Amino acid sequence: MTEIYHAALMALAKSAHGHGRLAVRDATATLDNPLCGDRVTIDVAIAGGRVDRVTQEVKGCALCQASASAIGAAAPGQEIEGLRVVAAALRAFLQTRAPLPEAAWSALAAFAPVAERKSRHDCVLLPFDALLRAIDAALARAAGA
Amino acid sequence: MSFDPARLRAEFPILARTVHGQSLHYLDNGATAQMPRAVLERIVRHESESRANVLRGVHALAEAATEAFEAARATLARYIGAGNADEVVFTNGTTSAINLVAHGFGNNLAAGDEVVVSALEHHSNIVPWQMLRDRRGVVLKVLPVTAEGRIDMTALERVIGPRCRLVAITHCSNVTGAITDVGRIAAAARAVGAALLLDGAQVVPHGPVDVAALGADFYAFSGHKMYGPNGIGVLWGRRERLAAMAPLLGGGEMIRSVSFAETTYADAPHRFEAGTPPIAQAVGMAAAAEWILAQDREGWAAHERRLTGRILDGLALRDGVRVIGPLGLQGRAPVVSFAVAGAHPHDICEVLDQSHGVALRGGHHCAQPLMELLGVSGTTRASLGPYNDDGDVDALLRGLDHALQLLRR
Repeated sequence: MTEIYHAALMALAKSAHGHGRLAVRDATATLDNPLCGDRVTIDVAIAGGRVDRVTQEVKGCALCQASASAIGAAAPGQEIEGLRVVAAALRAFLQTRAPLPEAAWSALAAFAPVAERKSRHDCVLLPFDALLRAIDAALARAAGA
Repeated sequence: MSFDPARLRAEFPILARTVHGQSLHYLDNGATAQMPRAVLERIVRHESESRANVLRGVHALAEAATEAFEAARATLARYIGAGNADEVVFTNGTTSAINLVAHGFGNNLAAGDEVVVSALEHHSNIVPWQMLRDRRGVVLKVLPVTAEGRIDMTALERVIGPRCRLVAITHCSNVTGAITDVGRIAAAARAVGAALLLDGAQVVPHGPVDVAALGADFYAFSGHKMYGPNGIGVLWGRRERLAAMAPLLGGGEMIRSVSFAETTYADAPHRFEAGTPPIAQAVGMAAAAEWILAQDREGWAAHERRLTGRILDGLALRDGVRVIGPLGLQGRAPVVSFAVAGAHPHDICEVLDQSHGVALRGGHHCAQPLMELLGVSGTTRASLGPYNDDGDVDALLRGLDHALQLLRR
């Protein structure tokens, strides 16, 4: 049976936390998955070494939507360096079943069945790659200001 | 000889395997078709008895390999109605065949000359021309498509103008399954003195073609979609067209003489086959052509048409499912793409694979401009071969219902 699309994952995707665009933002990153054409856009506003606000828009599969939704729910207020750790931990979780980070990101456990489907790892990781890209752009902008 | 899909299916060892504990329902033939035992055995026999490099050796194995390689060229020339085997260039596949033309023919073009493609094209028939545009200042023009996913013939005169030097279009869309009315486009190209290149990758798996009757100057296709091995394809070109083209790759096998002062090139086809070619793959591709020719092709076509009709009818009954391509059976290949409201193609493919053993293709199918035009990020595609049967169609439709229930909740 298909275990990837269990109720918790579909609920996370459907809830679409943080969906939309930030009217006032420090940076935007849009990333495409060249294999399937999926597209993720992340807006961020940063303050004091933290991500203050985040929004996401996804044109993609349920896994990509759920991943972006997890970001929308948990990333606001988080320290930037902590988000880098979460993104790396999620990658390790999919690739090697390494443990997931702190409780704020417990929703990421919904991706456990994806670990066995290597061809779908990028669907989950694309929003996190876009988040880090947006953060780096915001930091670069702040450094240049 | 009558067409018996069960007998034919038994010729494909891979179709007997299971995936995820389910029988395999292989409906991704438009990407790669499977190989029958006759082709597999021919490749093994060649590698077991005649493996050697071609064209230069004088020992027995080299003689045998060269003979098999050139016989393969002759077989494939016959398969596409080419007048001369020297017009058949072995390539790595359709993509490299088109790139070869974009380089050799394209480098004879001047800034302002026009190349016309259609909005249906695979990236392999778009990107090489964009690279040529950037290199030579050539203008790239695009024939629009109809709502049914066919090239819009009413635009021919407007788009194919006096500066057009080449029309490069698909013979059959890998997304919509629409077979191109080549005659009208060939006439439009001829009227302005332009050459015609056809991407035949989705046509040759369904039977031989006649490149002369089509009015083409170049015809490109792949081995792995026509029940042969991968890593091999063909560029057919009219002799005078090939003679006017510079080679893309330099090296061994493609020269007449080499000195530090000057190198002269061999004639086609060897001019375009630098280095050791994919010999066993060429032999396997020819074996695949012979295998196709030995089948009851009328029965084969009728069988694929009936199954295609079943898929189209089944999709029409399901809410929120939109066929991307012709809704009827006329002028279409057994390639059916569809978009589903509220469900992504990759999710649909995942459910059908994991839970029903159905192999489909989902995504943009290397046709992103077409996807954008159609207003979808991707489609789900079922593409048939002669070994598919009613059980495969049943599994597809049953699996689709399951996917819709799972993904739309």
